[in-house]
Amino acid sequence: MTTGIPQLFDKVLRRRYLARVAATRPPFFAQALAAEIESRLGLILRDFRTTLIYGPAAGAIREHLSGLTRLGTIVTAAPVKEPGIDLVCEDEAWPFAAESLDCTISLLTLSSINDVPGSLAQFRSALRPDGLFLGTVFAGRTLSELREAWLAAEAEVTGGASLRVAPFADLRDLGSLMQRAGFALPAVDIDMTTVRYKDALSLMREIKALGLQHALAARARKPVTASLLARAAALYDERFKDKDGRVRATVETAWLIGWAPHASQQQPLRPGSAKARLADALKTAEVKLKRD
Amino acid sequence: MSRQTDPKLLEILVCPLTKTRLEYDSEKQELISRAARVAYPIRDGIPIMLADEARELGENE
Repeated sequence: MTTGIPQLFDKVLRRRYLARVAATRPPFFAQALAAEIESRLGLILRDFRTTLIYGPAAGAIREHLSGLTRLGTIVTAAPVKEPGIDLVCEDEAWPFAAESLDCTISLLTLSSINDVPGSLAQFRSALRPDGLFLGTVFAGRTLSELREAWLAAEAEVTGGASLRVAPFADLRDLGSLMQRAGFALPAVDIDMTTVRYKDALSLMREIKALGLQHALAARARKPVTASLLARAAALYDERFKDKDGRVRATVETAWLIGWAPHASQQQPLRPGSAKARLADALKTAEVKLKRD
Repeated sequence: MSRQTDPKLLEILVCPLTKTRLEYDSEKQELISRAARVAYPIRDGIPIMLADEARELGENE
């Protein structure tokens, strides 16, 4: 299935991290995601018959969104078994029949899978024509402070560097990926939040409590020593402390919107069907190009 | 079984590997993909549609 695609992430490990916290995830996670979904869907005046919510805490998010009758029947799925979900599945092997869903909401799992274009294409084919895809992924600057602190600490303590914070998606890449996957009218916007913690160690504990620690296949196999961890935490606290003593962490989420193509959507005109000359619009003289 | 799988859910599911129809075995609590020759388990009413959790079908199945 995934032959030829670089295996950046270890999906078994990713599932293990998510499974560990499935029943204990802090409630703010589902609340915050549900609020974002609600505000984005508020701009879309459509009724759906069947909506899929996919990702960690999908069950809790359905509870929060139960007042949104426009979503129709809500099906919930996640990469691991957790409270309130209807099925377990993976982005890269989507188990939904062609044109069986009206709306798919994908939450954060696209941040840590190997085949993003392939998964987006599978999401699209499971949507009915004119069906909506709304997805969120962690973007570029997420946890940039933590990445910096780890790199500096490792350079000091071991003289090397390893990936300790996963790379996150670039905004421009996401837009073109949506287009490549065949979504019509794609749009991407970025939501940047600064979260504040008591100190770097509290931040690291929270990442684990959410099951969102990186699951890189090429992660450093040597366990982190106590002195390295202490140095990374100290550098973080030193560099990213606010006046009140708390530390900052950037969380950047990109929200992707796209539609399964349908004849009723805005279409580009056929080449040669123009009714006015470009030269007239530009108030300039037309210069014919020479043909070879 | 503490939970029953919603029949409507079964209607929209296909084999994640081959995208073909699934057969529901209510006794064994499995979703069978003839095309991929595997059976996906249903645990506590929740279909587990993962290739690495699926059981390979025997010769006479």
